[in-house]
Amino acid sequence: MSKKKDTFLNMVVSLFVITIIAGFSLGFVNDLTIAPKAKAKLEKKVNALKLVLPSFDNNPVDEIQLVKSENVKDSVELYPAFSENKFVGAAVIGSSEKGFSGLVKLMIGFKENGEIKNIAVLEQKETPGLGTKMKDEKFLAQFRDKNPSTFNLKVKKDGGDVDALTGATISSRAFGEATKMAFDEFMKNKENLKTPKN
Amino acid sequence: MAETVNQTQNFLKGVVKENPIFVMLLGMCPTLGVTSSASNGLGMGVATMFVLIMSNIVVSLVKNQIPSKVRIPAFIIIIASFVTIVEMILEAFVPFLYEQLGIFIPLIVVNCIILGRAEAFASKNNAISSLIDGLGMGLGFTLALTILGSTREILGNGSLFGFKFVAENANTFILFILPPGAFIALAYLTVLFNKITSKTAK
Repeated sequence: MSKKKDTFLNMVVSLFVITIIAGFSLGFVNDLTIAPKAKAKLEKKVNALKLVLPSFDNNPVDEIQLVKSENVKDSVELYPAFSENKFVGAAVIGSSEKGFSGLVKLMIGFKENGEIKNIAVLEQKETPGLGTKMKDEKFLAQFRDKNPSTFNLKVKKDGGDVDALTGATISSRAFGEATKMAFDEFMKNKENLKTPKN
Repeated sequence: MAETVNQTQNFLKGVVKENPIFVMLLGMCPTLGVTSSASNGLGMGVATMFVLIMSNIVVSLVKNQIPSKVRIPAFIIIIASFVTIVEMILEAFVPFLYEQLGIFIPLIVVNCIILGRAEAFASKNNAISSLIDGLGMGLGFTLALTILGSTREILGNGSLFGFKFVAENANTFILFILPPGAFIALAYLTVLFNKITSKTAK
């Protein structure tokens, strides 16, 4: 088989055909993976909730409250947790776009009094091996049982109390900012969260 | 050449004689970027290998249908499609790895090994040879990334594949996890690799 000639028509047709095939195969794979992707995301969310909240017996995913806030682009997701119908705390999705490579999304669990119970990293695109260490126990441990009203969430370099990650000050700053945002939203909406939806 | 290619040699050249990392020094961006741990290197290598094999096969199958003036855009579309497929599959079924590799998965598109093999090999050979070539090159790339990742992880973090063998707060050469460490480790490994292979060649 000889090679196709470089005529204008040949070029247009071959590129057209290739892009059509590529488009359809991508759509096909997207359809195949859309359900497992959503499932993986939900599973991650439930696991994260279990990790960051005090023990609870309701289903926080069902009682999610979306709050519009002027400081935040999207609405803020708050997941209240109850144990025997008593409010024990809430998980708040905090995010910052000031990460080293964009969005850093965290789930922060607050106890009823505003202390941080635990933090889980939901999404980040930080540098592998540096900024990704924000998921490590060593970094997260410093936030536990701290109340952001007394624990300054800025990194030490900026006059705060957070020990930044080695080589990833920007990531650490974004982490602190996301946590701060979640704390502010939690305090603002605390009273609403206390009443169960149904 | 096409029909008489010795397939064993064709396979082995990607691993040793024309190793994409240690001999041809191609695809340095992901090599230096993701190899901060052994498992990152391995994951990146396997993802790249898949794209390399698939794009090699497809390029060799359609090579006669593409006018040579538009071959590069055509190859890039093919490669980009496979990269996106890999990205979607990883996100759906191996979310852990997807998060670890992050931005470097979409960047496989611009990995010059893949376009290089499409241009230099797959567009001149049949599908079987191209598959073997992709397999060999992919394996060579994966091995190189895993070795580099292991070296950096052992020196910089005192662990291998996440398994820590020094005390939790022991001092390690953190330099090797940082970007300059990638250059240093890669340079020494390249020297070592070429030393060994040039000896056996004599």
